[in-house]
Amino acid sequence: MIEHVDLSQVNWARAQFALTAMYHWIFVPLTLGLSVLLAFFHSIYVKTGNEEWKRLTKFWMTLFAINFAIGIATGIILEFQFGTNWSNYSWMVGDIFGAPLAAEGIFAFFLEATFFAVMFFGWNRVSKGFHLFSTWMVAIGSNLSALWILVANGWMQYPIGMQFNPDSARFEMQNFWEILFSPVAISKFTHATSSSFQMASLFVVGISSWYLLKGRHQLMAKRSIVVASVLGILASGYVAFTGDEAAYSVANKQPMKLAAMEGLYDGEKGASIAAMGIVNNAKEPGDKQDAFLFDVKIPGLLSLLANREFGSFVPGINDLVFGNKEQGIVGADERIAKGKMAIEHLTVYKEAQKHGYAVQAEQALNEFNKYKDDIGYGYLNKPADIVPPVATTFYAFHIMVILGTIFPLVFLLFLIFIKKGTLHSHRWLLNLGLACLPLGYIATEAGWVVAEVGRQPWAIQGLLPVSVANTNLTTGTVQTSFFMFFALFTVLLIAEIKIMLTQIKNGPEEN
Amino acid sequence: MIIRRISHFYIDGFRSMRVGRKLWLIIFIKLFIMFGVLKIYFFPNYLNTNFSSDQARAEHVLDNITVYSK
Repeated sequence: MIEHVDLSQVNWARAQFALTAMYHWIFVPLTLGLSVLLAFFHSIYVKTGNEEWKRLTKFWMTLFAINFAIGIATGIILEFQFGTNWSNYSWMVGDIFGAPLAAEGIFAFFLEATFFAVMFFGWNRVSKGFHLFSTWMVAIGSNLSALWILVANGWMQYPIGMQFNPDSARFEMQNFWEILFSPVAISKFTHATSSSFQMASLFVVGISSWYLLKGRHQLMAKRSIVVASVLGILASGYVAFTGDEAAYSVANKQPMKLAAMEGLYDGEKGASIAAMGIVNNAKEPGDKQDAFLFDVKIPGLLSLLANREFGSFVPGINDLVFGNKEQGIVGADERIAKGKMAIEHLTVYKEAQKHGYAVQAEQALNEFNKYKDDIGYGYLNKPADIVPPVATTFYAFHIMVILGTIFPLVFLLFLIFIKKGTLHSHRWLLNLGLACLPLGYIATEAGWVVAEVGRQPWAIQGLLPVSVANTNLTTGTVQTSFFMFFALFTVLLIAEIKIMLTQIKNGPEEN
Repeated sequence: MIIRRISHFYIDGFRSMRVGRKLWLIIFIKLFIMFGVLKIYFFPNYLNTNFSSDQARAEHVLDNITVYSK
């Protein structure tokens, strides 16, 4: 079974994908969020006619362009990897992913690409109204691009609207709208975009704080801070709301991920949320050790988060691994047995089809259909294989939540002191604003660590583990391309930081 | 007339770029490395390279996902 697979090769392929996705996500949230901020800055310029707002808009537009240029096509490398490292997976999902990715190309990319040039070259060359319209279209197009990718990701987390075809070995789309409006896809899109608005607001506040600390471009910096802080506060509220929705959806569709996010081993009614804690790395499912070396818990809050009801039951890792009859939870051992039946009947079906035994094929297909929902479990060795890395998921989730709670307070303080007219004298706040810039990146990356590490071992939830999704290549091949990507992306990141720092040091006059 | 105006719009826009020129250079170098080197030499599409038809690809994947029952 799973021991036949070269796990070190799978892990290198996973590391390569994680590396690429995390580098890609350095550029994406700033593009999504800053495009919206640009639209607001540009709108204020058009409304007021004040040249200072034009200067301000052009400055942030230059930083947007740098980020966009360096980040462009970094996501395409993920598609290269699908075809090379994850060929089983890419074949099996081709029919599902084709539609959202095509929709991205038609609706979003062309929208974005058409208006991009007008946004940059349109100053004094097209009418003010059309120019502003183009800036808004870039913002809408960028965010629509994210929708389709997140729909595809949401499907992997909650595969619906499809049927497995045992002849083509593909998941075939049955209902496009069910996939598009999947609760997981919607919560992913709303949470990812709103957190990107928050991150871009931190970016603008951070750089503006630096200008105020240096005593340069003070009017531009203060105006930028006002707009970014207002968007930041609004986005933070929406991040909290969509985060709550995402957690509710995870609790229902991926309860193991929620249990790992909270380090919850034994399910309980009125489950507590861990405000903070140090995970006991020696803890294994089913043993008697404490899950934490140290923790601070808030009673009842996890039940409220997961089920919208204080006293409700939230399953823990042990309940999901070993089952809980009282709560009607089926253990992983039972699902593994069903999964193996599904694989066995699929094998019989395949052989019967090959030899033209129609009756035997039909019987095997009927049996396969009884167990197909658990087919992914059939590739696992033992019940504990369904547990993701608990410590990584727990820490990433808590880093994201703690930082996400601090950010709106920072935005609020900036607005209060700007209104009082004393912001420049509060150097501690300006330093905090500057420090929040990298923290914003850490929070948004941590969010993706929760989403992806927390759903291991699955490439497609419950249907395909990563160890079966990949191509059987040699470890050395994947290692070589891993280090090549590492070098390429590091060079790109250094280039972005260097060019951006030069532009920031130059300030708006030189742009 | 419209085509000429549009082409002038782009030509003037590109000519007036300062930071943009450096960015375009980075974009072209990056795209060349990605599509001209990495994609061709390090990231061939495994199924397209090794199998000539969709049926052969499907059979290969089906073999891969059923080998575990043995």
